[in-house]
Amino acid sequence: MAGKGRGVAAFSFNIEALGIGRGSMPEARVGPSPLYPNTDFKPVPLKVGEDEDYMLALKQEMRGTMQRLPHNIKVQSNRAEVEKYTERYLKQSQMEDEGWTPDWNLFPKELKPRTKKPRTKGTKNKKTVKVSSKEAVDVLSKLDVLAKNDDGNAEKSDDEGEKKTGNEDEEIEEEEYEEEDLEEDNDYIESYFDNGEDFAADSDENMDGEATY
Amino acid sequence: MTVQQTRLCGLLLREHFGEVVEKVGTHLLRSGAQNLRTIVQETNLSVDLVKKCLCVLVQHGACLFTAGRKGPGSPTEYRACCDRILRVLRYPRYIYTAKTLYGDTGELIIEELLQRGHMTMSSTVKTVADRLTQNMEEGHSLDYNKVSSTFSKLVETHFLQRCPPVGAAGTSGSAAPAEAPATPAAPAAAVSTALPTPESFPDCYTVPQVTLVGRGKRQLVPEDGEDQRNAKRAKMTSETHGDEGIYWQVNFERFHQHFRDQAIISAVANKLDQTSSEIVRTILRMSEVTTSPTATCTKPLSANEIFRSLPASYNIPRQILDQYLTLLVDDPMEFVGKSGESGGGMFVVNLHRALANLARATLESIVQERFGSRSARIFRLLLRKRHLEQKQVEDFAMIPAKEAKDMLYSLLSHNLVQLQ
Repeated sequence: MAGKGRGVAAFSFNIEALGIGRGSMPEARVGPSPLYPNTDFKPVPLKVGEDEDYMLALKQEMRGTMQRLPHNIKVQSNRAEVEKYTERYLKQSQMEDEGWTPDWNLFPKELKPRTKKPRTKGTKNKKTVKVSSKEAVDVLSKLDVLAKNDDGNAEKSDDEGEKKTGNEDEEIEEEEYEEEDLEEDNDYIESYFDNGEDFAADSDENMDGEATY
Repeated sequence: MTVQQTRLCGLLLREHFGEVVEKVGTHLLRSGAQNLRTIVQETNLSVDLVKKCLCVLVQHGACLFTAGRKGPGSPTEYRACCDRILRVLRYPRYIYTAKTLYGDTGELIIEELLQRGHMTMSSTVKTVADRLTQNMEEGHSLDYNKVSSTFSKLVETHFLQRCPPVGAAGTSGSAAPAEAPATPAAPAAAVSTALPTPESFPDCYTVPQVTLVGRGKRQLVPEDGEDQRNAKRAKMTSETHGDEGIYWQVNFERFHQHFRDQAIISAVANKLDQTSSEIVRTILRMSEVTTSPTATCTKPLSANEIFRSLPASYNIPRQILDQYLTLLVDDPMEFVGKSGESGGGMFVVNLHRALANLARATLESIVQERFGSRSARIFRLLLRKRHLEQKQVEDFAMIPAKEAKDMLYSLLSHNLVQLQ
């Protein structure tokens, strides 16, 4: 290190040429600079008044209102088949404002939702309606003959109907739901239906097959 | 468009429209103009969701659509406007301004239009009347006429404007003023990127003939499901009021003009006195609809006209008004200028110069609050004289050399001054 020990404050360039004298250097630093340097001048306080309070209240109100408008698109989460208790009561109050259709004259045509879906939904509706009416007739005619399968199916389609009118899920989910139900095994329905005589008959049959301990 | 701007727009979209719209909106902001299929592919959302989001964005004016760049056959392209989304930050101020000018009715009209993007006059009037009726006492309800008259006043003072019709989306803005809105789009060869502003259509501010008779309806608290179903059935019977297809939106530029006028008036009140600010307010009010937003100064007004239009509570004699006007013209801030002698003197408000002076005063006060009054003195010097050497700074500011150096270097480290 040239100059070490002899001229400690020797610079490698000519100081006078810059116009800075030797004495006007800032103090040498000891250690790292502080995390929060001192400020001599504190900032001016924020402007408050009733105008600003009113505008703040307006802003909060607007945020809340806009989240409830139909413009606010919420992601359709896969809802559980059992409706939550609160959701049933909330939906009734929000039923008025659900839909919003823009004026298609002002929008590009390609943004219109496809109209195919209502048709397929209609045919599926007719199918289930026919099935349930047919089975209702069966139930009436076969009241004395306790046909477990038919009764189980009629109850199941009634449940389906209720859930469809009360449920405002997307059409895709509804169709899937219907398909799931129709494809279910009949074993489950047999044990669901509770009829005294059949239960006894079943249990007798089963006990014949099972080993006794 | 900076990264931070895009992030802010995304947060605003999420707060007001949900996360799905945020995703589509930020994607459009980052990537420029895109067509529907590309958006669907790149955001990994279902087509229906993307369509709904685009509808919401177009409804609120945050997204514009144009025919594709490759000619008339290509799919429509969508482009998001960062500025328009950032306006959401100012919504409370717009609503509050409407309240101070036109009362609760005006406030609710502007609020409804801001929340829904654009609406027809009849639906706005009905919704606002219902909302106001809710807050009134039992048995009272608000007539539609009152709301309609407030609506017309808002349109007359240009705070509301009609949405431009879509068919002319291809014509250039400069040619539009002479054409009727119904002309077909310009030849496809010239696909100009300049979209016509709403003001380029002659019907922009005409209130349509609307037959609206009735009073606001109070919404009953639903006792059980029966009431709700009845109410829903009543709403299904839609009535036409003669203004289908005419949509209104809030004219943001006019609000900004109003804020600018307020700033000038309060600056005059602070610097001079209340009466001079009233005079300036009168001049600005008389020229509010005749001045374009980018004009350098207002149209010249004679002292006679100003005298006639002063508010009734300010009955100052004519000579005093003349003295005030002379005072305003001679003020170094140059708010008001004299442009002729006819009619007792023709006066204009120098908008650009007033705003430049206001901006300079704001900067000086920032430096003063952050660095002290002596640094502010140096800063003001540099603003006036543009380039100064270090020695000259010390001489003109009358500050000892060492302190002047310290202050200059601290200003330099905060990027407020530059070396050359």
